[in-house]
Amino acid sequence: MSPTDLAIDVTGVTKKFDGKTVVDAIDLSVRRGEIYGFLGPNGSGKTTFIRMLCGLLTPDAGQGTCLGYDVLTQQAEIKRHVGYMTQRFSYYEDLSIRENLDFIARIYDVSDRAAAVQHSLERLGLQNRSAQLAGQLSGGWKQRLALAACLIHNPQLLLLDEPTAGVDPKARREFWDEIHQLAAAGLTVLITTHYMDEAERCHRLAYLAYGKLLARGTLAEVLAGARLNTWRVTGPGLLELAAGLRGRPGVEQVVAFGNTLHVSGRDAAKLDAAINAVRDPRHEWTRVRSGLEDVFISLMDEAKDNFA
Amino acid sequence: MSAAALHRLSFYRLWAIVRKEFIQMRRDRVTFAMMVGIPLMQLMLFGFAINSDPKHLPTAILAADQGPFARTLVAALRHSDYFALTREPATEAEAARLLQLGDVQFVINLPEDFSRKLLRGEQPTVLIEADATDPAATGPAISAVRAIADTVLNRDLTGPLARLRARAGPIDFQIHAHYNPENITQYNVVPGLMGVVLTMTMVVITALAITRERERGTMENLLATPVRPIEVMVGKILPYIAVGYIQVTLILLAARFIFGVPMIGNLALLYGVSLIFIAANLSMGITFSTLAQNQLQAVQMAFFFFLPSILLSGFMFPFRGMPQWAQWVGSCLPNTHFLRIVRGILLKGNGLAEIAPEIWPLLLFLAVAMTVGVKRYRQTLD
Ligand SMILES: Nc1ncnc2c1ncn2[C@@H]1O[C@H](COP(=O)(O)OP(=O)(O)OP(=O)(O)O)[C@@H](O)[C@H]1O
Ligand SMILES: [Mg+2]
Repeated sequence: MSPTDLAIDVTGVTKKFDGKTVVDAIDLSVRRGEIYGFLGPNGSGKTTFIRMLCGLLTPDAGQGTCLGYDVLTQQAEIKRHVGYMTQRFSYYEDLSIRENLDFIARIYDVSDRAAAVQHSLERLGLQNRSAQLAGQLSGGWKQRLALAACLIHNPQLLLLDEPTAGVDPKARREFWDEIHQLAAAGLTVLITTHYMDEAERCHRLAYLAYGKLLARGTLAEVLAGARLNTWRVTGPGLLELAAGLRGRPGVEQVVAFGNTLHVSGRDAAKLDAAINAVRDPRHEWTRVRSGLEDVFISLMDEAKDNFA
Repeated sequence: MSAAALHRLSFYRLWAIVRKEFIQMRRDRVTFAMMVGIPLMQLMLFGFAINSDPKHLPTAILAADQGPFARTLVAALRHSDYFALTREPATEAEAARLLQLGDVQFVINLPEDFSRKLLRGEQPTVLIEADATDPAATGPAISAVRAIADTVLNRDLTGPLARLRARAGPIDFQIHAHYNPENITQYNVVPGLMGVVLTMTMVVITALAITRERERGTMENLLATPVRPIEVMVGKILPYIAVGYIQVTLILLAARFIFGVPMIGNLALLYGVSLIFIAANLSMGITFSTLAQNQLQAVQMAFFFFLPSILLSGFMFPFRGMPQWAQWVGSCLPNTHFLRIVRGILLKGNGLAEIAPEIWPLLLFLAVAMTVGVKRYRQTLD
């Protein structure tokens, strides 16, 4: 694959805060036109990594390119072609929707600014509320405004940091439809999220914990790579069963889902042994595909054993 | 697009920031009210006289007579607490210039025939010319001069000369108060307020400018755009220069029509020099806002700057009445120099040549504050 096909291509990116390594030698390549999901527990370094990509933080080590520009030296060029949506709403609450868009359009020196502002208002269905102050918008509308603002200069790469946190399911779905349309038109999107259904809508994923990249690839690759075995149990007395299973060797996760229990572990033999020890004819055991969430929690537990 | 084009200052982006600041200023009614209200409130508060008893005022002596009585008087003045005989100009023109530049507070003029007239009992005339722009500084010294003369000469006038003592006063002191002859304190205080009000509001407002962006999280967004530090800084300063001019105008109007302060000098010159002073304070505020972690700290820093600006600049207490260290501190503050410029232009009718010695410290302060501000402004979140 030629380097120009990669929107992001970095290696060994590291960031330390006060001696604590927050992002630890991360290699990442994202192809152009791809929606890349970036997942990981709170404090795993996702925001820090994104900030280094767009020149807001200087990496302590590592090198690479973003849209073909060097992340260490050509930050000014990167900034012109990247749309960054911060985790926290960061437009002016005392400016109206239109004023915010107009300000950003001016800062990027967008040609035909008035049309660009009008177009982004219409596309997001904000034209009726364009005079409303941004601070008076509900959380979901703020997110839409932020997306509109970071698209106004026609960026080639979108960095979205938890864009759908606190957004209702319908708005979330519309948001993702929009992201897919943009990607189809050639935009590259790197998006962080804590929602598993959103992770499944990405072309490829990366999972980060304790600043380290623990897994990456397509959904299927990540699931397969984790080698996690999961059983589903139904029947009476699941609470006692769960208590009996927890702590047994080989049993790593016991999670209740309504009237079923998911039991998983990486070592199939040990897990089977543990299950045999508590088997009860009233329960029905079925082998199921591990969910992304199970895989991530397993990855995190493993990482905790190794690094924390 | 070339790298050079990217790094050049863009007036387009600069204007975007200026526009945004104006919109935000318009929305923030409380702050806007404060910017207009503070000058008015302070005019009311400081319209009252503030008094003190300054000592060691620099004085020039023009002694045409070198006779024994003249020498006695000069020696006595020298030993008094009020006068410091710092200059001995050769001509009256030179003496007048010293007074106008503010190098001396008084010129004492002993006529050629001083001793002769004294001996003849003819009451010689001693002319004391005073720079009375700040009456608090000159008043006590002038009243002291008569007492000094009476005591020393009574000591010298002995024997056959004792008859001269019997007179009401052997010397006729003529006090010639320049620039503010009626010793009206408001003439001094009201022009001084201009610097005080500008220092207070300009520094606070801009000290908040960048800290607010950081606290509200909008800084992260701004830093992710191509906007450059100097564009942000200048963009935040320009709108408040307009506000500063509104304040200057308000105070001048009040000075003229409420307090009747005379305005001898060139107002256009005053408006021109005000630009440097306003910009110096705004840069100071911007520098504070790059140092402060949050808005509260920014306000506290502004306050620490404001206190000496009001106390040590010669506004609150006559500059020459302050101890040496305080004068040194005062000399580093822009308000000290601006105060002299405003009083000089309004009350003395000073032109550019006379105020030049006060302009360069302002320019120096502006350059230093701006440089520190731009250097300190971080283009990343590190
Ligand atoms: N400016 C900073 N100074 C010191 N430590 C920081 C700074 N920014 C982030 N950190 C630390 O770095 C770690 C990673 O933070 P980061 O915000 O990148 O996590 P995240 O993956 O985005 O988490 P979340 O899902 O909660 O948004 C955290 O432990 C955080 O405390
Ligand atoms: Mg984050």
